[in-house]
Amino acid sequence: MDYANQKLAEEKVFKDPVHRYIHVRDQVIWDLINAREFQRMRRIKQLGTSYLVFHGAEHSRFSHSLGVYEIVRRILDDIFHGRPEWDESERLVVLCAALLHDLGHGPFSHSFEKVFNVDHEDFTREILQGDTEVNSILKKVAPDFPKKVAEVIGKTYANKQVVSLISSQIDADRMDYLQRDAYYTGVSYGHFDMERILRVMRPFEDQVVIKSSGMHAVEDYIMSRYQMYWQVYFHPVARSAEVILRKILQRAKYLSGHGYKFEQPPTHFLAFFDQSFTLKDYLALDEGVLMTYFQLWITERDPILSDLCDRFVNRRLFQYVDFDPGKDYKKLGELAQLFQKAGIDPEYYLIDDSTSDLPYDFYRPGEEEERLPIHLLMPTGDIKELSRLSQIVDGISGKRRTDYKLYFPAELLIDGKKKEIKQQIIELLREGGV
Amino acid sequence: MLQEHAKIVDFISTAEGVTGRKKLQKMIYILKKIGVPFQEKYEFHIYGPYSEELTARIEELCDMGFILEQKEDKSSYVQYRYTVTDEGLEFRNALGKPVLENSEHAIQLNGKSARFLELTATLLFFDDLEQVEQIAKLHSVKGKLNFTEEEIGEAFAFIEELKQ
Repeated sequence: MDYANQKLAEEKVFKDPVHRYIHVRDQVIWDLINAREFQRMRRIKQLGTSYLVFHGAEHSRFSHSLGVYEIVRRILDDIFHGRPEWDESERLVVLCAALLHDLGHGPFSHSFEKVFNVDHEDFTREILQGDTEVNSILKKVAPDFPKKVAEVIGKTYANKQVVSLISSQIDADRMDYLQRDAYYTGVSYGHFDMERILRVMRPFEDQVVIKSSGMHAVEDYIMSRYQMYWQVYFHPVARSAEVILRKILQRAKYLSGHGYKFEQPPTHFLAFFDQSFTLKDYLALDEGVLMTYFQLWITERDPILSDLCDRFVNRRLFQYVDFDPGKDYKKLGELAQLFQKAGIDPEYYLIDDSTSDLPYDFYRPGEEEERLPIHLLMPTGDIKELSRLSQIVDGISGKRRTDYKLYFPAELLIDGKKKEIKQQIIELLREGGV
Repeated sequence: MLQEHAKIVDFISTAEGVTGRKKLQKMIYILKKIGVPFQEKYEFHIYGPYSEELTARIEELCDMGFILEQKEDKSSYVQYRYTVTDEGLEFRNALGKPVLENSEHAIQLNGKSARFLELTATLLFFDDLEQVEQIAKLHSVKGKLNFTEEEIGEAFAFIEELKQ
């Protein structure tokens, strides 16, 4: 039997707190899970710095990836199988894409990507198509199979049904992370009736649609997503940790570029500081490596690097105030000058951060680059866009919510040094709504 | 702080206004691909290179009153025109340095149609491929738009022109 169709002698199962069991029958999937690049994801947390707020949130990208695979497997094997609108020959490519969609994520990837100007999607593509264990497994299916998997993940695959299963406004990725993140953070949001949604999903022309009888389950999913974003993903304290993390990396990069002699040389980072990195350099990093450096850098001579690392490792986070950039951008300049006068470097200790989310969006004629909407399949066989039928969804459709915060080290402002200047800073920050 | 916002304001000001969300998306993408330091992250959406971050930033700038979004009703669809307000110019002058080394690029891009910019942006998205594959990929993801050989040739020439 060819490798693409090879089944394991016995089904393997992974116990999973969200889906109860993850079922693996395909040899390809089993081999991919055991590849070193996939195992690396055990050492990368799904929610980055959120564990500093929700102490249970220590789960990894490894478990999320298995979850996405399992959801797609159920859709294909239990719902789509045998339906004329679904092309069975796409089964393996979509299962592999589901399993491998986050493969390029690095340690604390949000901050890492910003500081070093890299993109995890480029690394995903490179892992799939470069000299890796994952690539050698995928190539055994067919020489062009790694490219196909990369295209599905990159959303450039010709079959849009396949792409929709992995990335759309109601996809397996979101359905897994909402439930998994809710479980591990312990919050009571994020729950919805996934079984019901899966049962009413249908392949339809070049997309995946939902039978209209499942509309209320979809409403619940969209509201869950909305609440998870504002209660968990955008939590201001987790963002404070993220800001400090970003500044640590920025400081280390700056020092390295300015001839500073590290007591603990940043060996793993050097190729990123001068942008000469290879895939091998990237794959050598994980959150254990970064945390080790942060721990060691606490004793560095550079006071900024040392302080920031101590803040991150020991959770001495920055305080924050709301601010309105439209009105307050001049005040930010003023604050930066006062910080400088107070001997606190604003580059590292006065940071604005914004975050925003659009809970659901629909197609606007003439604006075709927008997100593909969720379509409901009516009993007549027609399809209708969700917000046309759901008042709840209509209420939040197309409405972006943005949150701006200004982060700073509160205790440095009341340490008794340079009192007058710091008093002015405090007053300016109070005007911003402390 | 807010420098990325200031870059967008600077670009729209240099382009003397931009009509169409799609056009704005593709213009920034094309400039980013030729090395202009825009930080917005792009992904291939169902219809082409698209940046959710840019959409969010434009909405924020409108909320801040630095960019004016005007709806133009084109009977079968709605089009949006973006211009910089006086407050926006003040903001740009306070925070930003000019983002474009060659301001002509903004005018050149603005003179092209949304269709042509979509074609150019899509070709650039696949610029890691050999030209033959690049064109095949274009037809595979944009089959419905039926781009002609002539249009594709013009797009490649335009990319070269911008890179010089």
